[in-house]
Amino acid sequence: MKKNQWLKIGFQLAAIVLALLFTTLVLLMAGASPLQAYSNVLQGIFSSTADITNVLAAWVPLLLATAGVLITFAAGLWNIGIEGQIVLGAVFTTGALRLLQNSSLPGGWIIVIGFIAGLIGGAIWGALAGVLKTFGGVNEIFGGLGLNFVATAFALYLIIGPWGRPGIASTSGTLIFPTRLWLPTPLNVALSPWALGLGILAAILVYFLLRGTYFGLRLKAVGKNMRAAFLLGVPTWQYSMYAFLLCGALAGLAGAVQVTAVYHRLIPTISSGYGFLGLLVAMLINYQAVWAAPIALFYAALNIGGIQLPIMMKMDSSLSGVLQGILVLFVLMVEGARQQLFEKKE
Amino acid sequence: MNIELRHIHKYFGKVHANDDIVLNIPAGTIQGILGENGAGKSTLMKVLSGFIQADGGEILLDGKAVIIKSPADAIRYGIGMLHQDPLDFPPMTLLDNFLLGRAGGLFLDRKAATQNIRDLAGQFGFSLDPESYVDSLTVGERQQLEILRLLWLGARVLILDEPTTGISASQKDKLFETLRKLAKQGMTIIFVSHKLEDVEVLCHKVAVLTSGKLVGEAPAPFNAKKLVEMMFGKEISLGARRPLKPGAKVFELRDLAVEDVRLHLADINLEVNAGEVIGVAGMEGSGQGLFIRACAGLIRPVNGQVLVNNHDLTGYSYHVFKRNGVSFMPASRMEEGLVIGLTLTEHFVLAEEIQGLFIDGDKGRKLAEERIKSFNIRGTPMSTVESLSGGNQQRALLALLRNPLSLLLLEHPTRGLDIESAIYIWSKLKERCKQGTSILFISSDLEEILQYSDRVLVFFSGRVTPPLDVSTLTTEKLGELIGGMGWPESKNEARVHEKKPVA
Repeated sequence: MKKNQWLKIGFQLAAIVLALLFTTLVLLMAGASPLQAYSNVLQGIFSSTADITNVLAAWVPLLLATAGVLITFAAGLWNIGIEGQIVLGAVFTTGALRLLQNSSLPGGWIIVIGFIAGLIGGAIWGALAGVLKTFGGVNEIFGGLGLNFVATAFALYLIIGPWGRPGIASTSGTLIFPTRLWLPTPLNVALSPWALGLGILAAILVYFLLRGTYFGLRLKAVGKNMRAAFLLGVPTWQYSMYAFLLCGALAGLAGAVQVTAVYHRLIPTISSGYGFLGLLVAMLINYQAVWAAPIALFYAALNIGGIQLPIMMKMDSSLSGVLQGILVLFVLMVEGARQQLFEKKE
Repeated sequence: MNIELRHIHKYFGKVHANDDIVLNIPAGTIQGILGENGAGKSTLMKVLSGFIQADGGEILLDGKAVIIKSPADAIRYGIGMLHQDPLDFPPMTLLDNFLLGRAGGLFLDRKAATQNIRDLAGQFGFSLDPESYVDSLTVGERQQLEILRLLWLGARVLILDEPTTGISASQKDKLFETLRKLAKQGMTIIFVSHKLEDVEVLCHKVAVLTSGKLVGEAPAPFNAKKLVEMMFGKEISLGARRPLKPGAKVFELRDLAVEDVRLHLADINLEVNAGEVIGVAGMEGSGQGLFIRACAGLIRPVNGQVLVNNHDLTGYSYHVFKRNGVSFMPASRMEEGLVIGLTLTEHFVLAEEIQGLFIDGDKGRKLAEERIKSFNIRGTPMSTVESLSGGNQQRALLALLRNPLSLLLLEHPTRGLDIESAIYIWSKLKERCKQGTSILFISSDLEEILQYSDRVLVFFSGRVTPPLDVSTLTTEKLGELIGGMGWPESKNEARVHEKKPVA
């Protein structure tokens, strides 16, 4: 037992080393100095308070997305549609803020309503994937992918059309909201403690939901064996729907954070790929909710650190993406190899 | 083609599925293979048709030793197998199905293939249109299609696995006629079946398998009584039985009719009293599975009513049945019964009523410890179900059932278990009967049926006997009924056999 644990950790470390080696190889092939690239990334993460708060600001939506897909993964669902759910959340938030920005309501209230709207928007988009799956027999991967495209196109339409800036047809985004509709950032940095608190709270709630509640246990049973869960008395399709709704709601909150705390407007790329990144994180941590926070932080840091590359070395910032993706592949591969080699099935 | 099987051995884990099988089948013979479920018939045929490899022994075709590595390999040697469920592709046309298995070039010669199908079909009097889609065909027609396809691919040995299930009487006649014709042409036919009457009218010789061993061979004409003895063994000692005591009616079926793609069961009437045990016998796939699932509300009946404690629950879902005291225990433990990856504790908590939002961990563990003890499960509360042995998984399934229950529906409650486990499980079930729970169970073990049932239903090809009092039954009688002998001529037999009218 103990020996197996160490073996497992050893293999995981090997996966990280392999991922770094592979990324180094990619850098060498691109003709860049790997050491310089890595040190630039690290500097982009740690060199100033602004960098660190940027990392934390990126951590929040990623954490929300990761928490969301942990729920759908527990129910055995591949919620690829999370990107679209983030977009819809952002659209709904923007809509609510636009509707109320000239009202006499205090800014704080409008923001809260905006968050609730975002939550509902994401949940609706999640439920749509769920309905397609449960009642239409459309695999959630295809349904989600389709809905992602629809969501992006919808956002783009709003940005160019009805919500466009007066006088210009631009895809760069809607008008910036007045600062009273910005999520407050008291420390004069890019990070809102409210958003940070929301992200951490979501991760904690999902952890307990999956670990200690009847809901979580039933969700797991549905995810692992739908037939048996049904015979044990679990209303199976309803639980699949709950999973989609919850994941969509969390994704919608991520969208709300992007609008109220980061961009202060709706832009076409509002989801910033945090949905897909959340799927990667969930896979990397083998769906263990405990690790969601630290690994999501690590991935957020890579994202922010990667921004340095185009500035300092005139390289594309996708190096972080390479490392993020490769890491997941190597961890999965190495884990597969370990099981093949050391866990003989009788 | 002459086939010689020499000392074939096949193991699945500890199970010796084929134990030293020696069998010669000369060209032009229709060889019957008889045996109960799990006797090793299918294993032997899979070895011969390349689906699995034997662990020992030799296969000789026309005196030459061959090694058959895959079904594609088998067809190259001229061995074609017709599976019980035709391995075709329903959303494609007959023609495409034909061309799929064909080795060869990049381009398909549709024209030639169409002509070939027409010629072959004409030769045997089949009316199959190459352009029609497979899902428009009846089971019998799909079989014809498969036979033609195998012949077209050059099969000189035809293996048929339970080919007469789910086809109409006229299609069966046509199939038999075709097989006889093929045998005359020198083809070797291997006919795997549990239906004595089919084997009797068709086969030239028969081999009987029991628990992996070849227990006997006989040439036609056959002595049916002797075949039944060989299949089921004759010495069965029965334990003392308690007399049936009448209790309140807990379950009732009125003119129930259920169907799936292959079978149509009709006019089933049954009343079950509290504490009564009803055994359901029959070869696998004769309709028992369909029947028990309809009793559980897992399949919606096409006609008739299902009443639990005098409430009409027809058309309601299994969860409603469950709330009314009905529980179903499936045969496939790991596929339908238990959730791989969850612990015993998690299973017990899942099966109980929800109490609040959070699971009380201590209470769950205590519950698990208690059940593990009282059901004698070798495992801990934290053991995942897949780490348990088959017998312990079965006990866990039993331990998951709620108390009290009105009706317990069991599929093969002791299949694959050692005798000790089986006796233990039945002692637990009997305890429930004493508390007034009725049991309806499917088993292919005649001994188990006769030992534990008060009344017995026998299924054969979608037909059901009325409930038979177990005291009127003997192993021999039961064996014959299961094999399709001694059934009264039914006025609606044609309807029972044939679901889709032949176009």
